[in-house]
Amino acid sequence: MNATNHTCDARSAAAVPTRAAPAYLPPVDIFETPDEICLAAEVPGARAADIDIQFENGQLTLRAAISPRRVDGARCVACEYGIGDFVRRFELGDQIDPNNISAELVHGVLTVHLPKAAAIKPRKIEVKGA
Amino acid sequence: MLNRTLFPLAGLEGMRREMNRLLGNALLETPFTQAYPPINLWETDDALIAEAELPGLTMDNVELLVMGDALTLKGRRIAADHSGANVHRSERATGEFVRSLTLPLAVNPDAVEATLKDGILTVRMPKSAEARPRKIQVKGL
Repeated sequence: MNATNHTCDARSAAAVPTRAAPAYLPPVDIFETPDEICLAAEVPGARAADIDIQFENGQLTLRAAISPRRVDGARCVACEYGIGDFVRRFELGDQIDPNNISAELVHGVLTVHLPKAAAIKPRKIEVKGA
Repeated sequence: MLNRTLFPLAGLEGMRREMNRLLGNALLETPFTQAYPPINLWETDDALIAEAELPGLTMDNVELLVMGDALTLKGRRIAADHSGANVHRSERATGEFVRSLTLPLAVNPDAVEATLKDGILTVRMPKSAEARPRKIQVKGL
């Protein structure tokens, strides 16, 4: 078992090359309620200031900038995962109200709330008796 | 032709060898399943530092055992409650996990410090006195 083998984890295989450092695809849960689409992404190591969320032309981009965590003077004995930015894009179309997107970051999990546009929210139609 | 008549099984042996070659290559190319959680282990002069990504977990969900040269990490990833919602994508794994690691040297279990911040678990394990490097003074005679 050498260090080179250990770095070949499944995540780095899916890494998207950007700039000089690799970026990783965070695993995501997406669920939908009548009022919103909610998205939870794992971005361990990110703080709120490191998160960049952009919504443009129906495309949502999540980016978490992760600064390298290295202990001074330490050498790697076994490195099983790589450390780098998390980036992921989603196509949302025009069903989302872009002005009311909100997000929170708790223990390395980023939750993005995407409220549905009023036009597509389910409406209950009252039937009037004549 | 001579081969076939005198040694009817010779062809089979060749086939077996060929199958082994094909299967062997296929097995080598299969990506191995990664144990969870992946751990990065670092060594300084006086300590070993293990780091793991555990997004969504707090110290209440994680148990850490250090004994001699073995580190065991236990925990549980609790599934978020999506009842009443339509789940479109569920990529985040949930459930219990246990991972044991044999450290390259003995550590002092009483002095181990662990922090879990922003989903990153960092375990600092000072080396036991016997495992620390010592500088030997060479005396000139």
